[in-house]
Amino acid sequence: MKKVAFSSTGRDLNALLDPRFGRCDFFVIVDVETDDVEVFENEAKNASGGAGIQAAQFVANRGVDAVVSGNFGPNAFQTLNAAEVAIYTGTGGTIQQNLMALVNNQLQRINGSTVESHHGMNMPQGGMGGGGGRRMGGGRGRGGGW
Amino acid sequence: MEICVISGKGGTGKTTVAVNLVLSCEKGMFLDCDVEEPDGRIFLLPRIERIDSSFISVPVIDEKKCNFCGKCAEVCIFNAIAVVKKKILFFERLCRGCSACWLVCPEGALSEGKKETGVIKSGEVKNLRFQEGSINPGEETGHSIVYHMRNMIDKNDTVIIDGPPGLSPVLLETVDKTDYAIIVTEPTPFGFHDLCLTVELLDNLKVPYGVIINKDNGNSSIEEYCQKRSIPLLLKIPFDMEIAELYSRGIPFSMELPGWHDKFKNVLTYIMKYHWRKKDSTSVKWPYS
Repeated sequence: MKKVAFSSTGRDLNALLDPRFGRCDFFVIVDVETDDVEVFENEAKNASGGAGIQAAQFVANRGVDAVVSGNFGPNAFQTLNAAEVAIYTGTGGTIQQNLMALVNNQLQRINGSTVESHHGMNMPQGGMGGGGGRRMGGGRGRGGGW
Repeated sequence: MEICVISGKGGTGKTTVAVNLVLSCEKGMFLDCDVEEPDGRIFLLPRIERIDSSFISVPVIDEKKCNFCGKCAEVCIFNAIAVVKKKILFFERLCRGCSACWLVCPEGALSEGKKETGVIKSGEVKNLRFQEGSINPGEETGHSIVYHMRNMIDKNDTVIIDGPPGLSPVLLETVDKTDYAIIVTEPTPFGFHDLCLTVELLDNLKVPYGVIINKDNGNSSIEEYCQKRSIPLLLKIPFDMEIAELYSRGIPFSMELPGWHDKFKNVLTYIMKYHWRKKDSTSVKWPYS
């Protein structure tokens, strides 16, 4: 394993891991061998749909071997799998803490999505877990999603 | 002419108003565009004569021709295509059928295919034509069904459209470029909140509109709001046990309770007059006060 992408709430290793994969604020990509750190804003963050797919494609095309985040939806999972990227669920805490845990083999590698589609929508940032608006758009009553 | 009945909040009485309104027409059409839950037929009991599928265009991928350049994934604003590690993934449920992917493909690896997203049922009841769209379970949005239904409308007909709740793209597809919209609201904070949102939307779309208060309990806040914004108040339907009971039996209340047939007819007449004198709307006075 060389390059690892972390979903992050900030621009450096001291930022907290963002529990949302597709709709995190930033991706912090660390080269485990050289300790090089690259930071990218997550352009998928405000996508109306398919944020996980777009984000997965983005990190995969940056040549990462693994991703660490809180939760992965089914579409993100499928895309990362196709890209042969290993998927880990992080612990709470900073990117640095998660990096150490990963290097020490303490993170759990997962083989299936951890949440349903749309989980990370409208979810307040920071803090692991928590719910999220599952319906998109301004629907009232039933449905109404784009 | 197309008159669209909408509400923002669900359960305010869109279908009740639309059904009673269409029954006051001599000749007309009822178009149920609430594709997630079409229920006008419960009250109108139409004879369904034909059922058509509603399709969207989706890409068909020929992986042998694909060079994994990723242009299709880049152009797809719905993120329905991903290209990673010499693999192309298509997420059919996210596709809205915009055609962009096969238009940009330089290799001709993508071509146009079809996918059914719902059905359109057409029929008749008395002197009225009836049509309803319903979305297939699992589909995310029915705006293409509404698009097809509205494309089939005869512009010379009086068409009453029963719209979907919310302010979603399906609603936009339903109400955009209609001749008039009726907002059905109720005297609750939620009803009022969504009335305001709907007003804002219709102002932006430049669709003329009026308000019907359903389940009216004497609370005057909606009336005051309408007065302040010069929105015509077309009708007030009281919070009434008889109306509720008829509704629960699937009977349009204007057919049973005296006077209501004419009240709905008056609403229709007002809208027609407004429509034909649109350029001089101040000359149309609504008798209701």
